[in-house]
Amino acid sequence: MAGKTLYDKLWDDHVVHTEEDGSCLIYIDRQLLHEVTSPQAFDGLRLTGRRPWRTDRNLAVTDHNVPTTDRERGIADPVSRLQVETLDKNCAEFGIAEFGMTDIRQGIVHVIGPEQGATLPGMTVVCGDSHTSTHGASAALAFGIGTSEVEHALATQCLIQKKAGNMLIRVNGHCLPGVTAKDIILAIIGKIGTAAGTGYTIEFAGEAISALSMEGRMTVCNMAIEAGARAGLIAVDDTTIDYYRGRPYSPIGEDWNMAVRYWQKLSSDSDAVFDKVIDLDAAGIKPQVTWGTSPEMVTDIDGLVPDPEQENDLIKREGMRRALDYMGLQAGQKITDIAVDKVFIGSCTNSRIEDLRQAAAVINGGHKAESVRQVLIVPGSGLIKQQAEAEGLDKIFIAAGFEWRDPGCSMCLAMNADRLEAGERCASTSNRNFEGRQGYGGRTHLLSPAMAAAAAIAGHFVNVAESGRAS
Amino acid sequence: MKAFTQLTALVAPLDRANIDTDAIIPKQFLKSIRRAGFGPYLFDEWRYLDKGEPDMDCSQRPLNPDFILNQPQYQGAQILLTRENFGCGSSREHAPWALEDFGFRAIIAPGFADIFYNNCFKNGILPIVLSADAVDRLFKQMREGYQLTIDLQTRTITTPDGQNMDFNIDEDRRYRLLNGLDDIALSLLHADKIKAYEAERSKRAPWLFKDA
Ligand code: SF4
Repeated sequence: MAGKTLYDKLWDDHVVHTEEDGSCLIYIDRQLLHEVTSPQAFDGLRLTGRRPWRTDRNLAVTDHNVPTTDRERGIADPVSRLQVETLDKNCAEFGIAEFGMTDIRQGIVHVIGPEQGATLPGMTVVCGDSHTSTHGASAALAFGIGTSEVEHALATQCLIQKKAGNMLIRVNGHCLPGVTAKDIILAIIGKIGTAAGTGYTIEFAGEAISALSMEGRMTVCNMAIEAGARAGLIAVDDTTIDYYRGRPYSPIGEDWNMAVRYWQKLSSDSDAVFDKVIDLDAAGIKPQVTWGTSPEMVTDIDGLVPDPEQENDLIKREGMRRALDYMGLQAGQKITDIAVDKVFIGSCTNSRIEDLRQAAAVINGGHKAESVRQVLIVPGSGLIKQQAEAEGLDKIFIAAGFEWRDPGCSMCLAMNADRLEAGERCASTSNRNFEGRQGYGGRTHLLSPAMAAAAAIAGHFVNVAESGRAS
Repeated sequence: MKAFTQLTALVAPLDRANIDTDAIIPKQFLKSIRRAGFGPYLFDEWRYLDKGEPDMDCSQRPLNPDFILNQPQYQGAQILLTRENFGCGSSREHAPWALEDFGFRAIIAPGFADIFYNNCFKNGILPIVLSADAVDRLFKQMREGYQLTIDLQTRTITTPDGQNMDFNIDEDRRYRLLNGLDDIALSLLHADKIKAYEAERSKRAPWLFKDA
């Protein structure tokens, strides 16, 4: 019999019950909650008189709506405020731990989970948010769910699931200097498309993935959903175990030893069979920039905006035309000729300490270009903010004319006051370049933190791998 | 949950691939803590010429005359015909809430994003996957008053000229949707199994049962 994939192992370990048609009741080890997708779930519990199955397996945080300045003054927008207060009330009523808006541990839900050790290797992790795939970086089976499922997980500690297929994406060899985890995942999506992972769990492997820090691995798994996969996975190795040692929610004492012994088994067997395998050469990956309104509309920094008329697929051609129109770009334009109005460094994709270090390193004494209206640096959590300040990164950003903000989702989806105005073009380290995502009529280009910082200094996209710094 | 058995209804064609949930219901409407009332904001940025804000009275807003759902012949449509990867992006269940509130009960496409597909079933919407060719044929057949009959019992779609097309759906999902069953109540029937699982797992992974 063939060996098991990492996904097979995690799945088998969590099956509570199997129906005739193969649907399973899967046990959930950790649910993360935030203010946007949970109010209706708590309402559902109240309506049916149900209580959470286990309160201790839930952890809540406010992140999507919170302001990134003057937080002690509260939230100005009454609708946002009500949503945040509703989470506070629901957590108090149902006895669920919550990091409130002024807690130093507060931050983006997918940043604080690993940071706290609240999401660990081998767990099943769910959250009413598609980027839950992030937690797969530590070999946790983690996926986003809708609000009905949030309620289901609260009430039963389980979810009804059907097993997905196994996909392996191997990034072989080593990346060139200046090429980061963000470039790897954007290059993958550019190659396979945004629907390729639909119905699969993607395991990322290969030397270039193993060489990444936990932060980098989280960036890769974060965007598994942009490749269509509900979950991304990376096997446990020493990097994983070192990362979790001493985290607030990590096991201690004999439990830690026992956990480590279990975690060390969390990789695919050498004879495991995958339904689909994709190989990529790391050395061939260049810094990436998206040019359109879907993450698969991406190209190399030294590339050109593509020409829809060269596309044979009619539906794709129409999509490209529409995207160029929305983005205000011409076919054949050099990517490095595109000027940006705003820069956003943050989001659950790229707001961890390593991301901030990479952005700061590029500044190199420079200052944001005159033409750039605003550069926002939004750390992923209060603790990351503290760490960055201890390292003096905040001073580098402020000296460069960047704004140093408080943690939250911020301009990743612009539910708070941070947003693009219609027509504004943004270099953004977030994960979605959909129409209107960062503000009505706003134009988003996805890229790495180093590339974003370099664009802020130069006023247009530049190749950090080539220059080593912004020109 | 609303049951779904059979439906004969008008079809609205939305000829775009990769329609994401940000397009289906933009984020400003996610601030609502309610589950109902999202229909007027469905496809907000495409449907209106101004920028939508929560609690706006949409009857006063300027409509985009080019947007398909604004055209008179598609008023009352309950079936949405669209392209590949519908519902990609965010997990927001506000997307099916908005579609359902607007009046859609079924969506036909060559493929759906996983989370969205799943969310549909929780809200009495039937997402139907047909081959890209079959979807293309339906797009080509579209004309004023075009109706389809969808039968979940027999898993068939019938076109106005009497042609039948079969579709696949998981048996468990079909059963729940046909009967409009409450997932949580059904899962709680397995409460003993969940407890037994916890007891067994707490021996293998005690650290998961300690941070109360
Ligand atoms: S940072 Fe962006 S993608 Fe991540 S959870 Fe927040 S809104 Fe979603």
